[in-house]
Amino acid sequence: MDPARKRTTRLVVALTAAVLLAGALVYTSFSASSEARTPSELLSSAEPGKAYQLTGKVVNGSIRHDGATTLFRVRDRSGDTSVPVSYTGTVPDPFRDGREVIVTVHQRQGTFVGERDSLITKCPSKYSDKPQAQ
Amino acid sequence: MATLGRACLILALGVCVFGVGAGIAAWRLHRRDLAASARRAVYSAAALLTIAMGVLEAAFLRNDFSFDTVASHSSTTTPLFYKAAAVWSSQEGSLLLWVWLLALWSSAVLFLTRKRMRDVTPIATAVLAGFATFFAALLVFAVSPFDVSIAPTDGSGLNPLLRHPSMMIHPPMLYSGYTLFTVPFAFAVGALVAGRVDAEWITATRRFALAAWLFLGIGIVLGARWSYAELGWGGYWAWDPVENASLLPWLTGTAFIHSIMIQEKRGMLKVWNVSLILGTGILAILGTFLVRSGILESIHAFGASTLGIPFVALIITLIAGSIALVVWRLDLLRSEHRLDSLLSREALFLFNNLAFVGLAFVIFFGTFFPLMTEALGNERSVGPPWFNRITVPLALALVGLAGLAPLIAWRRATAANLRRSVARPAAVGVTVTLVLAVTGVATDSLTALAMFGLAAFLIAGVAQEFWRGTRARRATSGEAPPLALVSLVRRNRRRYGGYTVHVGMALLFVGVAASSAFQHARDVRLRPGQTANVGGYQVRYDRPTGAIETRDDRIEKIVLGADLTVTKGDTTHHLSPSRGYYPQNAPFAPVSAMFDGEATSEVRMVAGLRRDFWSAVQPDIEANLLPAAKRYDAALREGIDNGQLKTTTTQVLAFRELLARLTQGYAKSNAAANFRIISSPLVAWIWIGGIVVFLGGLIAIWPAPGDAGRRRAGARYAARVAKELGRGERDDAQPPRDRAAAPVGL
Repeated sequence: MDPARKRTTRLVVALTAAVLLAGALVYTSFSASSEARTPSELLSSAEPGKAYQLTGKVVNGSIRHDGATTLFRVRDRSGDTSVPVSYTGTVPDPFRDGREVIVTVHQRQGTFVGERDSLITKCPSKYSDKPQAQ
Repeated sequence: MATLGRACLILALGVCVFGVGAGIAAWRLHRRDLAASARRAVYSAAALLTIAMGVLEAAFLRNDFSFDTVASHSSTTTPLFYKAAAVWSSQEGSLLLWVWLLALWSSAVLFLTRKRMRDVTPIATAVLAGFATFFAALLVFAVSPFDVSIAPTDGSGLNPLLRHPSMMIHPPMLYSGYTLFTVPFAFAVGALVAGRVDAEWITATRRFALAAWLFLGIGIVLGARWSYAELGWGGYWAWDPVENASLLPWLTGTAFIHSIMIQEKRGMLKVWNVSLILGTGILAILGTFLVRSGILESIHAFGASTLGIPFVALIITLIAGSIALVVWRLDLLRSEHRLDSLLSREALFLFNNLAFVGLAFVIFFGTFFPLMTEALGNERSVGPPWFNRITVPLALALVGLAGLAPLIAWRRATAANLRRSVARPAAVGVTVTLVLAVTGVATDSLTALAMFGLAAFLIAGVAQEFWRGTRARRATSGEAPPLALVSLVRRNRRRYGGYTVHVGMALLFVGVAASSAFQHARDVRLRPGQTANVGGYQVRYDRPTGAIETRDDRIEKIVLGADLTVTKGDTTHHLSPSRGYYPQNAPFAPVSAMFDGEATSEVRMVAGLRRDFWSAVQPDIEANLLPAAKRYDAALREGIDNGQLKTTTTQVLAFRELLARLTQGYAKSNAAANFRIISSPLVAWIWIGGIVVFLGGLIAIWPAPGDAGRRRAGARYAARVAKELGRGERDDAQPPRDRAAAPVGL
């Protein structure tokens, strides 16, 4: 095979491989991903058994412990609609009333059960323009 | 003082703008004096920014709370070391750190190249000054570290989560990495604009690229170490967007520092090299932006900041400009040779580039997946399991390539070459894999097994190279083996430093593979006296602990924890993990407010070469302690209302007494607590690997003793030869060669 044809073949093979890999990437990302939902969205359109990424703020005074499980409510960032969450396992250090959280949940019997290790609590604003409130 | 700082920033901005203009003018008009002017502008900016940093640092150290940024990020009770480091825990302080470091490295590189590449350096100066202009402009017009107000009596203090040495060194390390990468970036732009795409811009900035890679890598490992040792979750990598953002430029930067070797040796992969470094510079800016943008859901991301738009504009400009530059100079970047064989060192380096870029692309895709899907309608996101699944095969490929490439010949590997160089390390790799599989040590995870085998192959290959090199050296010099080894490394720092880095990375990957695949982790709730079994270890919760920690007679934190006894067979360990509760800042506040501020985990572990036994505790304070605190508050309130506690002193004393009672009460109680306990094999090798990588990097960067002198001698010799040639050519009625362009043989 002359060099030019060899190069073209290599290029075609490489591009085909790239396209296939990209396709695999897109496919796996969609199938392994979870939709982001706020509490009000979750209440209106959650399908039981499907995993959702819930984002919102912890409702003040809602944190309770039941054995190794933490029960709390998450509300919309601006608004009062809240959903109950049940999370088993240690919670992150910054977790407390009023903090913004992200947790992967699925609906089960009226409450939303959090997946293990999926609870992320955002650090209080380090980069806000105003000094830390309270 | 704040005025001085602000003045320095404004002057620095002006000087940088001048530098951009002078650099561009110097290029267009071919004027050396303007180039020198531009260079001096960068030096001046460095000096001015050093003063500004000094002013800010001094304000933190002497508790000058009239500075807004000092008031919001430090306090009188903050320990001195953290006060000094709190400078960069704020938006404005970290930006100042960024531009200061940029100015320092830019001055260094411009000084070192002041007599070379006179067609490239003016543009590089303009690019570096341009970056500095952007950041200085942000500091002058958008967020200033020198805003002042009436000073409060005390500051808000540094977030307790950041009070750890790793967390304090982590930002300067990362920023050093990012800013150092802008140096080869600027010279790449200069080389492309000037049409000087030979390897000289690479050799001039190679040490800066290596240093950037090293600092960024160390910064990333420090972040992982902090996460593991300080946060209460026991992991070192969460595929969080800001973690990924710092990893992306490191990946393309690693590809770059490897790929340039091919351009230097064989004049190939030129398009790759400029694209890689331009991409790395852009990813470094993207990383800097992502941490403070609020556009991605992350533990670090905060509300949308005002700096989003300028950064996005800068990034889009950089992307557009880079693509335009590369396309414009595409014909100049043609390879000098063709790829002879797919089994050759050049080909392996090409696959290396593909693997690194592929890895970076995949991580980029996963990180920005939420933004992309949001644009399409429904926001979706992927989590750590997806990232792990996708990156593990690529990581295996990289370890394999790192092991194979140093052993394979240039141009075309022959069967003889394979037999001579690859066979033995490959045999070691296969043997290790079989032994581990057969003895049942690592059968549960095929990927971990593969990683161990590839790591063994890599280390055996490096050992073989060191052995052969030492033997060859001894043959010529007759030195004793240790001396021969040392002088071998001294004369080939890049190569043997690089091999050491590979060994470090192999160790690191072994640690990651083992601790991911064979970890035993349990979240368990125990009452005093109860025991749990984790990975063959018996863990007994002996008793709760409680103490008040003060600093300078102010309460710093309340520490509640647990005493644990861990036994396995004959060995016994005692661990006392705890949780520190930092009060909201008030000398006297309700008792319950002592638990309203930040809480941090104090992780306790038994670290060993074979495994780490890690523990963290979350005391259940809701059950008994907080109700008791509320009762004490009521008692305090009553005491104040009915006049029993008249003066502030009595009130503070009563408060302290009640707090002590509360804490001691917890320590004597039967309180249950939630524990996370992890038994993780070979974690220590991640940090050991990181140290080996650092040492290898230092070896690779260190200038060989004769370097500068040799270059000068070489330049003098070349000049003399050129003169001779010029004389000879004039006799032939040829135009005299331009002596300044005579390349110095390297």
